[in-house]
Amino acid sequence: MLTIANLSITFTQYDQGLRRKQLAVISDLDLSVQAGELVAVVGASGSGKSLLAHALLGILPANAQLTGTMEFQGAPLTPERCQALRGSAIALVPQSVGYLDPLMTVGRQVQRVGQLNGLPAGPAKTLMKRTFNRYDLPAQTPRRYPFQLSGGMARRVLVSTAVVTQADLVIADEPTPGLHPDVVTETLNHLRELAQAGRGVILITHDIDAALQVADRVAVFYAGTTVEIAAAQDFGTGNLRHPYTQALWRSLPQNEFVAVSGNQPSPENLPPGCLFSDRCPQVTTECHQARPEFRFVRQGWVRCIHAES
Amino acid sequence: MLKAEGLWFRYGTHLPWVVREQTLATAPGDVLGLMAPSGYGKTTLGKLLAGYLIPSQGRITLDAQPLPSRGYCPVQIVFQNPELAVNPRWRIDRILREGHPPQLQYLDALGIHSSWMSRYPHELSGGELQRIAIARVLNRHTRYLIADEMTAMLDANTQALIWQVVSAFAQQSGVGIIAISHDQPLLNRICQPQAMIRLNRDQSLKYAPKPTV
Repeated sequence: MLTIANLSITFTQYDQGLRRKQLAVISDLDLSVQAGELVAVVGASGSGKSLLAHALLGILPANAQLTGTMEFQGAPLTPERCQALRGSAIALVPQSVGYLDPLMTVGRQVQRVGQLNGLPAGPAKTLMKRTFNRYDLPAQTPRRYPFQLSGGMARRVLVSTAVVTQADLVIADEPTPGLHPDVVTETLNHLRELAQAGRGVILITHDIDAALQVADRVAVFYAGTTVEIAAAQDFGTGNLRHPYTQALWRSLPQNEFVAVSGNQPSPENLPPGCLFSDRCPQVTTECHQARPEFRFVRQGWVRCIHAES
Repeated sequence: MLKAEGLWFRYGTHLPWVVREQTLATAPGDVLGLMAPSGYGKTTLGKLLAGYLIPSQGRITLDAQPLPSRGYCPVQIVFQNPELAVNPRWRIDRILREGHPPQLQYLDALGIHSSWMSRYPHELSGGELQRIAIARVLNRHTRYLIADEMTAMLDANTQALIWQVVSAFAQQSGVGIIAISHDQPLLNRICQPQAMIRLNRDQSLKYAPKPTV
């Protein structure tokens, strides 16, 4: 349904005076999502996760240049098409209630999403009520304002905004940090249900544990590139291909809790070779020469010359 | 010893009690884990212990003395969102020197790059800025550290790195840590056995044994 290949996003910024500099915030990013599939996108902050969501919704700032291909349902995603599709065929589950209008009841807001998608007021209201009911929200919830909701209720309202759009592709941006484990599981299950209903779901998160609970596949981002796309079960079975993914898995508290030192390279001075080369335990001179190709190894995709089948 | 005895707190005289009859104690070098669902007063308790809020009743003592009301507080708290914990108009080097100058070895261990010093907070990522917020409290005047969801916003690798450094600092300097988190595996990792506290619905503290992993 969605195919992204070799996507690069560059920001042009003024440095000093009229001198401009180019920031390659995303380079050679690949991702695909099928209908009925939940794909998790994991990575550290600054790895380009949220920018990908912005690119899909067509809300990048004006100083961004985009190259590569983004195809949605067989046709390229141009800025005009993004604008037409967002909120109808492509929907966002925002991060927090901060994205809702604080001066409008949540019932009105969710109903309005239905109306913006072409439903008359009556049916939109019925759909809103049915959706709230579906998520076990109390009967008085539509009359509540965002600040009156608990963390768990707020999640359900935010998921409802995406559900009433009937969107084919739902993007959830960091829906879980700082929530109690029960609320996390509940939110993730709602996303899983959306996928089971035949939609494509992208779950953007830094929490691998959360991602593995519900995802079919996991795309690992590092410094604006996709370093690996693995099946969710590859993590538990040790079938990981990229040294960064392996390091990320080892650093979980329930695993070894050890970290790789160093930082993601900054977009101002990306190395010419592999982006992980300065922190990689397996690095060789070849790694510094060119960006590794994205290869299909052991039923998954990896951007590392040392990954063996 | 950092001791809290019979703490009560509410945000206004007509508002419900957020903290009711809390008593807890922690010793230098100990790591105490604190776990509870949202809205149970974890952060409020942390702010009381660090002197950000004054308890309505009860008292907090550090080695049998009340917390100092001015100067650098020996009980420091690190919050979940570093963006809200630093002055957005200050450059990083000034933020780092806000309390006592941090020790260079910890800057290195946390992977803080010297090129960050001249930047403003919004020019760093969340993970980078959180390391600054932590480096700021890793000095010899800090006796107790309250980590309120300190690494919840960060990726697993940065989380492991930060806890490695903070645990080493606490052990070397005999600093006690109270770790507030939702993450059971994380608390299992950093807390000593028998040092996990769950806040109950009736808001009284109850010791829970550490589950075997």
